[in-house]
Amino acid sequence: MKFAVVVFPGSNSDHDAQYAAERVLGQQAEFIWHKDTSLRGADAVILPGGFAHGDYLRTGAIARFSPIMDAVRKFAEAGGPVLGICNGFQVLLEAGMLPGAMLRNRGVKFVCEHVIVKVEQTDTPFTLACHPGQTLRIPIAHGEGNYYAEPDVIARLEKNRQIIFRYTNAAGVPTDESNPNGSVANIAGLCNERRNVVGLMPHPERACELAVGSADGLVVLESVVRAVKGGRGAFSEDTFDLMTSTRESVLGK
Amino acid sequence: MRARVFVTLKPSVFDPQGKTVTDALHTLGFAAVRDVRQGKYFELDLDALSADDARRLASEAADKLLSNPVIESYRIEIVDEVIA
Repeated sequence: MKFAVVVFPGSNSDHDAQYAAERVLGQQAEFIWHKDTSLRGADAVILPGGFAHGDYLRTGAIARFSPIMDAVRKFAEAGGPVLGICNGFQVLLEAGMLPGAMLRNRGVKFVCEHVIVKVEQTDTPFTLACHPGQTLRIPIAHGEGNYYAEPDVIARLEKNRQIIFRYTNAAGVPTDESNPNGSVANIAGLCNERRNVVGLMPHPERACELAVGSADGLVVLESVVRAVKGGRGAFSEDTFDLMTSTRESVLGK
Repeated sequence: MRARVFVTLKPSVFDPQGKTVTDALHTLGFAAVRDVRQGKYFELDLDALSADDARRLASEAADKLLSNPVIESYRIEIVDEVIA
């Protein structure tokens, strides 16, 4: 399969994403400059981490108007899997492709460390190979990851099971101590209603080999490879069953 | 014509920077400071427009780019002055 890794001026995790997709997972990954207007037939899109446009004004506020974003939006509307990592998540929020917004971290500091996140839902193309409730030890690196949405929005996210990752302790319990940035409800990542667009602050692509301290993030990218190979590039209602059976076969090993 | 756009976090939204500034002011002895909310201030220098048109344009810019309606609100002042 082929990943499109969108490159904004100021992206810095684009090469990490490409490395994970190509060198670790053996898939294709093509860089797409933000001024391009085509995703060139990619099966999945990654909006990588970094500081697009210097994070000026607000994180993601300017990147959302990049020409490539029209193609990303159309791709998502057609059911294609889109993953926003860190700054990419912030871009998806600003673009309105996911609900909510980011505030400065509760402690004001830029936080760069490994954290534990729990996989809350496995029926997305980026978590289908996970065990329900699986905890992943993956790094965060952000100054503005304090997720915020109005209480009615949070209630809707909970009801629709759109909260996909939560910061937890090692036992998988979301505590205040395990919340690195003050995010509402310990939210580390979420999906859209259709479940094909996922954003998360932690960096799974930076945790794909034991040599870098953790390979726990690999399952996120492995998931979408499986989703695409089963779903022929598009993630739709019809592929849910396939994804479920795929997950069961993975877990059965 | 100049438009001044003040973007502030909604009252319901916690402001970590404002809290830090509040704490710093307290440390410096500004005991009477109850709270600080930090925001953003933009000056838009505009082509000559009617005040109504200037307000409309500034409002459009604030809606589309300068503010994020999820967490922020804004207020606009129009200043009829020649920019040197």
